[in-house]
Amino acid sequence: MITPTITQEHDSHHIEQEVYNKTFLGFWLYVMTDCVLFSTLFAVYAVLHNNTFGGPSAHDLFHLPFALVETLILLTSSFTCGLGLMAAFRQEKRKVIGFFTLTFLLGISFLSMELHEFKGLVDEGNSWERSAFLSSFFTLVGTHGLHITFGLLWILVMMGHVLLRGLTSSTLRRLMCLGLFWHFLDVVWVFIFTFVYLIGVK
Amino acid sequence: MENNSHVSLETHHGTMKSYLIGFSFSILLTLLAYFIVSEHLFTGWFLIGSITLLCVVQVTLQLIFFLHLGDETRPRWNLISFFFMLGVIVILVLGSLWIIENLNERMMPEMKNLDKNHELRS
Amino acid sequence: MSMRMDDIFGRLNLDAFKHDAIENGAGVSMAVTGIVLVALLFYYRGWRWLWTEWLTAVDPKKIGMMYIVLATTMLFKGLVDASMMRAQQLLSVDDSFGYLTSDHFQQIFSAHGTTMIFFVGMGVVFGLLNLIVPLQIGARDVAFPFLNSMSFWLFAVGAILVNVSLVIGKFSAAGWLAYPPLSGLEYNPGVGIDYWIWSVQIAGVGSLLSGINFLVTILKMRCPGMTFMKMPLFTWSALNSMILVIFAFPILTVTLALLTLDRYLGMHFFTPDFGGNPMMYINLIWAWGHPEVYILILPAFGIFSEVVATFSHKRLFGYTSMVWALASITFLSFIVWLHHFFTMGAGPNVNAFFGIMTMLIGIPTGVKVFNWLFTMFRGRIYFSRAMLWFLGFIVIFTTGGMTGMLMSMPAADFQLHNSLFLIAHFHSMVIGGVLFGLFSGLAYWFPKFIGFKLNETLGRYAFWCWIVGFFFAFMPLYAAGLMGATRRLDHYESSTGWHPLFITAAIGVAIIICGASLQVLQVIIGVRQRNKNRVPGDPWNARTLEWSVPSPPPFYNFAFIPKVNEIDPFWEQKQREIAEKDKHHPHAHHHHEQHHHDPHKIHYSDIHLPKNTPMGMYIGAFAFIFGFAMVWYMWWLAIVGLLGIVICAIIRLSDDDVDYYLPAAEVEKIEIELAMRQKHL
Repeated sequence: MITPTITQEHDSHHIEQEVYNKTFLGFWLYVMTDCVLFSTLFAVYAVLHNNTFGGPSAHDLFHLPFALVETLILLTSSFTCGLGLMAAFRQEKRKVIGFFTLTFLLGISFLSMELHEFKGLVDEGNSWERSAFLSSFFTLVGTHGLHITFGLLWILVMMGHVLLRGLTSSTLRRLMCLGLFWHFLDVVWVFIFTFVYLIGVK
Repeated sequence: MENNSHVSLETHHGTMKSYLIGFSFSILLTLLAYFIVSEHLFTGWFLIGSITLLCVVQVTLQLIFFLHLGDETRPRWNLISFFFMLGVIVILVLGSLWIIENLNERMMPEMKNLDKNHELRS
Repeated sequence: MSMRMDDIFGRLNLDAFKHDAIENGAGVSMAVTGIVLVALLFYYRGWRWLWTEWLTAVDPKKIGMMYIVLATTMLFKGLVDASMMRAQQLLSVDDSFGYLTSDHFQQIFSAHGTTMIFFVGMGVVFGLLNLIVPLQIGARDVAFPFLNSMSFWLFAVGAILVNVSLVIGKFSAAGWLAYPPLSGLEYNPGVGIDYWIWSVQIAGVGSLLSGINFLVTILKMRCPGMTFMKMPLFTWSALNSMILVIFAFPILTVTLALLTLDRYLGMHFFTPDFGGNPMMYINLIWAWGHPEVYILILPAFGIFSEVVATFSHKRLFGYTSMVWALASITFLSFIVWLHHFFTMGAGPNVNAFFGIMTMLIGIPTGVKVFNWLFTMFRGRIYFSRAMLWFLGFIVIFTTGGMTGMLMSMPAADFQLHNSLFLIAHFHSMVIGGVLFGLFSGLAYWFPKFIGFKLNETLGRYAFWCWIVGFFFAFMPLYAAGLMGATRRLDHYESSTGWHPLFITAAIGVAIIICGASLQVLQVIIGVRQRNKNRVPGDPWNARTLEWSVPSPPPFYNFAFIPKVNEIDPFWEQKQREIAEKDKHHPHAHHHHEQHHHDPHKIHYSDIHLPKNTPMGMYIGAFAFIFGFAMVWYMWWLAIVGLLGIVICAIIRLSDDDVDYYLPAAEVEKIEIELAMRQKHL
């Protein structure tokens, strides 16, 4: 039977919780689609990584220690991000700013290292135009780097929100999504480090 | 609509302990994988298998300790959609590899290495 | 530093505006239509109305209507394309080469396919989902109203780009899927492919976001008591369709992006040299493409489940098996994609696997068809227009499906791939399935949202034109295909003996055009006579929640979120009320009524709703600028577009003032007014 129910329309806390729940699920689903996106790029890399067209291969081009440092930097940034989220939950505004600033700096270092690697390859004539292997390398790693760039921009915007508005429920909700995004980017990087760099170099 | 004073959202968050566990094990697994390759500890399929395993373990740990997968109250849509996604990408990646491998096998012999080298070998 | 023309205008120059007579005609008619619409807006002083009621709307009923209007507009464009192709193949025989150049013909079939799949099919799906799903689950809106609006505008931008290509430059001539190497830079450096890429890519992002939106809506916003196994079948089909959208569309995004990178940055994913692999494009595009056709058809199945049950006055037969059938189809649709390229080099094992998987999909589909027929058995059937479209679907879709089973055998497919047999097959599925589903759904639900029924007679004539026209148009193609006719050709020799078939097919299209014209007439006359044809909330004696609100519903849908206990909750409630009446008045004549509660005596609450916003449209506008700029290599403008999108997104996503409460007094006023209007019907 359909009976009218009087819902607590003015319970703003209830509404905030509902918005948070929906948003978090929605953003998680978006992350799932991003996983499919990256896996398609991985599939393309898997198919094309030996197609060097007479040019250099992964073995010739990648520097493992460099990639290791990048990996550890990004991993640490994922950790500091998690600490920032914990502080946000505890309403510790200064710690939030601190940890996310750290995350941002680590992220920027990661990105600069990556751009440095790209520039090196391009300068020595091994750009994405050289072969299908290089096209797929630059695209896979570059797409990850593009996501990182958006993440860094998002961190800046969120720090603005935290400073100007404090840790309101909206800000918390957005920080949780940012955290989800940033952790997910590190997970993708573990795959890149393993299947592009480690396996490539052997 | 905003209520700054008492924000009591139930969010997905972790504890210091869970983040520390996740972080330290991730570092360990990363270094382990690195040394296996840099010191040529294994070769061939054993090498690929071992670093793949380390990758999967690290990703699982990060999913649990950083992303709190499985932590929510029922219904666990995050977990369910995660497994669905996993299924799709396994089908997509393995399926694509199988298909392209099959196509490559059926190429004319002199065309087979054209992608690796840029001269036709007859 | 002096600016050269190509810095500002990229590769856009006056040549882009030079077209042949037919293209000029199309451009002129679009311009005239645009001018007429603008003039009407000025005449009726409708700009404010357009802005507040439509352009900034976040109400899914409004967004749904905009999708349907745009999709049906694009349908007419697609029908024009079809007529042109039929006319060409009719006339182009032996010494005559018809009236279209080969290049123009190729643009037409590419535009036809792209328009029909992306802008008609997807538009119809999202339009109906917007209109129906929130009402059916007892909700007031979707999970993310702003995202909903933005998705619509991204869809609109894609459609606009396709239409702009008719006037400025040209469209792709590489088919609706643009296979490389033909679509690569070497063989097609011009703007056509780029128009195709950006219109599909931008619309695709809109679709993906909508997929997430509707999935969260269905998972999280069902009214109390509505467990999964009590949801209406249309909502179930929407759920499955959205699962497909979420997991398949990213594949399309990547594949289009890789083709873009090949074309814009000289990469080598799909080039025939430098290590590229064009077959990987075909593999990936169909890994998306097959789920896509199921994304289109599942909602149509959902519509029919609703229509058949309602007009048989009987509960849908085999609810549980219908749900499992949907789920199996959804799962299986991820493992059949290679059947679209059996002939392209894979070995027998691979072909056999995908062939068998394809055959398996026939089973759950068959279950659904039988369940619909069993629903009708021993029902009290009313052959409304919606039921007529369903019966047309049964005939066309089932026979088309059987030809699909025929082609699922790789050996048979080697003869039939890329023949007119294939064309006839998939048109049976899309016209018989998706389009007839749309028409059935419109016949069924139009009165709910607009408040009056359309002209009944014209609607029936339109149906007969469509089904007869379909047979005349496509049965000949099955025959020609079996005899070896290849698709996408603009010229066939008469020595083949196929010319009579093309004559028949052209007659068929003409009959279909009559049907479509009758539908237009039906709307025009229906609007003129609307006051005679007003309907109450429940004109069909239907079963699900959307019929429990007035026609048209108030913008907040329900004054109170309903609580349900069973499948077909509205029907069950009506049965209970009739039983109650029987107890008190055993000999009275019953007809179903609504609103047994006196609206003056109810205690209303404030209703929480989202605010309208122009941001979705602004982001769409910047996306259009970006897409257009990328096509013409106007890099500075592309950056403007991109920055615009990012800045608008940041502004919107930082905005906390996005909702409001409709006061209870307002709700009461609206409810009383609606109740009075009901009484006078």
